[in-house]
Amino acid sequence: MTRADKATDPDAAREAMLDPDAHYVSAEPYDPAADVQALERSDLDASTAALIWRRFRRRRLAVISGIYLLAIYLALPFVDFLAPYDPAQRNPDAIFAPPQAVEFFKDGHLAVTYPMRSEIDMNTFQPVFTPDLDDPRPVRFLARCGPVYTLLGLVETNMRLFCPPEGADLHLLGADRLGRDIHSRIMHGARLSLTVGLIGVVISFAIGMTLGGLAGYFGGWTDAAVQRSIEIIRSLPELPIWLALSAAIPANWGPVSVFFMISVILGLLDWPGLARAVRSKFLSLREEDYVRAAELMGAPTRRIIMSHMMPNFMSHLVASATLSIPSMILGETALSLLGLGLRPPAVSWGLMLNDALDLTAVEIYPWLLAPMVPVMMVVLAFNFLGDGLRDALDPYS
Amino acid sequence: MLEYVLRRLWHMVWTLLLVSVLIFWVVNLPPGDYLSNQIAQLRASGEASSIAKAEFLMRQYGLDQPLWKQYLIWMGFWPGPNGFSGILQGDLGWSFELDAPVADIVGEALWMTISLNLFAILFVYLVALPLGTVAAVKANSAIDYIATFIGYIGLATPNFLLALILYHKGAHWLGLPVGGLVSKELADAPLTFEKIRDIATHMIVPIIVIGTSGMAAMVRRLRANLLDELAKPYVVTAYAKGLRPAAAIVKYPLRMALNPFVADIGNMLPSLVSGSVLVSLVMGLQTIGPILLGALRSQDYFLSGFILLFISALTLVGMLISDLLLAALDPRIRFSGRNA
Repeated sequence: MTRADKATDPDAAREAMLDPDAHYVSAEPYDPAADVQALERSDLDASTAALIWRRFRRRRLAVISGIYLLAIYLALPFVDFLAPYDPAQRNPDAIFAPPQAVEFFKDGHLAVTYPMRSEIDMNTFQPVFTPDLDDPRPVRFLARCGPVYTLLGLVETNMRLFCPPEGADLHLLGADRLGRDIHSRIMHGARLSLTVGLIGVVISFAIGMTLGGLAGYFGGWTDAAVQRSIEIIRSLPELPIWLALSAAIPANWGPVSVFFMISVILGLLDWPGLARAVRSKFLSLREEDYVRAAELMGAPTRRIIMSHMMPNFMSHLVASATLSIPSMILGETALSLLGLGLRPPAVSWGLMLNDALDLTAVEIYPWLLAPMVPVMMVVLAFNFLGDGLRDALDPYS
Repeated sequence: MLEYVLRRLWHMVWTLLLVSVLIFWVVNLPPGDYLSNQIAQLRASGEASSIAKAEFLMRQYGLDQPLWKQYLIWMGFWPGPNGFSGILQGDLGWSFELDAPVADIVGEALWMTISLNLFAILFVYLVALPLGTVAAVKANSAIDYIATFIGYIGLATPNFLLALILYHKGAHWLGLPVGGLVSKELADAPLTFEKIRDIATHMIVPIIVIGTSGMAAMVRRLRANLLDELAKPYVVTAYAKGLRPAAAIVKYPLRMALNPFVADIGNMLPSLVSGSVLVSLVMGLQTIGPILLGALRSQDYFLSGFILLFISALTLVGMLISDLLLAALDPRIRFSGRNA
């Protein structure tokens, strides 16, 4: 379009008046308010939960970690069904058997494995395991094998997700010094190793909330006393104190009480971080207008704390708690590893690693270190999840 | 400054005192103690002379007194019944299990512990400082990703696994010694140059193992702090004025980012020390770690109590030093406490 055309065309003339520089302007109907605010309006109206979820979803690593953790925690009650062996089942033919290969979709079976033949090497007097590749055997799925267990405390059955083939073993991750299946033991060990952190966190949460809340709300000498104890406990090296405390557990206690005491011990030294967070949150929230308003309307302290202040810092605390679970899982591992944590009839990752303390054993049978893999994965997953939560839980920042 | 140092010292003495009460209570938690167990055992077998000796030891160290009095005697605030003067006057007590004075048993192990932790801290500083700086200055480069990767390894790998791997690889590739801190031949030799070199090669793996998780945390923190500083206008100004890049980073932003870095050494110490105990136990290093485990198992509480107290004191002194360093570095800290 040239200037001469514009002068004659009435439309173009009006356009030129509106926009003397002759920019392109779309003819579509245009509402500036709707266009600019469309996204923000819905953001403003969204509930906090929706905002948090929206932000959390963007952290892919955190979401994957969350799903992974959820899956393994949900699987804990069904471990008996999922694992092919009983954790205490000994197999004298498979002492220190190496991990066994499995092939999928072969010979019309879903999975086949090859039986291990052991021979004594007359030079080293060690049994040498070789898979018999001419004798593929189908792994039995949804079959009955091994001792009877009680599923969810309701049904007595010996049905398992998959079973070793007839006349052969199925040690996916090898076997330990008593010929127990490491794969099954890792799955069973997850029960104690994963719950120890949860119970520990509940305890540290209870102590931390109470003391931190008291310190933050009342201030004065309560605050000073709590601050002092936080400082003292934070300056103590954890492991030696854990060792000393677990050495105090009487030797004649049953596995369940020992497990519970270990969780308590792990929680006892962990609360200062939480207490400090609660205290600082209390101090800042106490100055908020809505707390002042509730006070003026005569709400009792209990109500102010429970229904006005708590929702505001709970999310923050959940994130901190998530971040302190991994240190407890590692703590349990360390204690059991050193022989002062859980005791042998129980199965936990730390106890399994106790066997791997022997350097020469690890050199010859590296699969004894297998429990390390779930430990690292769970610790990393909790860290990613906690980081993601911490970022997401503050949607107004 | 002097006032700050004194206040900080006073603070530490109080903390140590409370910690000693706590530790005494913890080591006395298990029912019974080594001596009374032994006396009961000896009664059963009926050896009069040994019983007499055990009972003598019990009286000597005031173990027949009420618990609070035992504490005061142990610490040396209260004169012991038969000339036992307590920790404050240099008498660390008697190890009943090993039948020797505590001081003789822990002697060399104390120095090993101190030097191991000292070198671990040095390692953390020496590696984290350049690595964190480079990771921040060259953010999102290969070095940055390597630093992040090391960070995750340090976060999730339990010390003992790292130790196993490093020992294995170190022995294979570099011929580093496996386990222990001194070769057997040199264990009882006097401290010569030869022995120092031997100890140094033995320490390489433990130092890396103990330091890694702390170092990883440091790198992450330093990187984050330095990134914040680098985005500030004064850095742009420095560049605009034509300062060389190295000077523009080291002189101002790095110094600002260094404060939390130094403060964190104090927070990191407890976990560092506890890591060193674990690694010593797993790797059989001749520090006080293995002695502590043995003493706790047999309820030999003079020994375990002293070791726990020593470890806590080590941590507290380390924190004191890091606080003083921080105050020297940053005048705001020195003066902030004055009005509070």
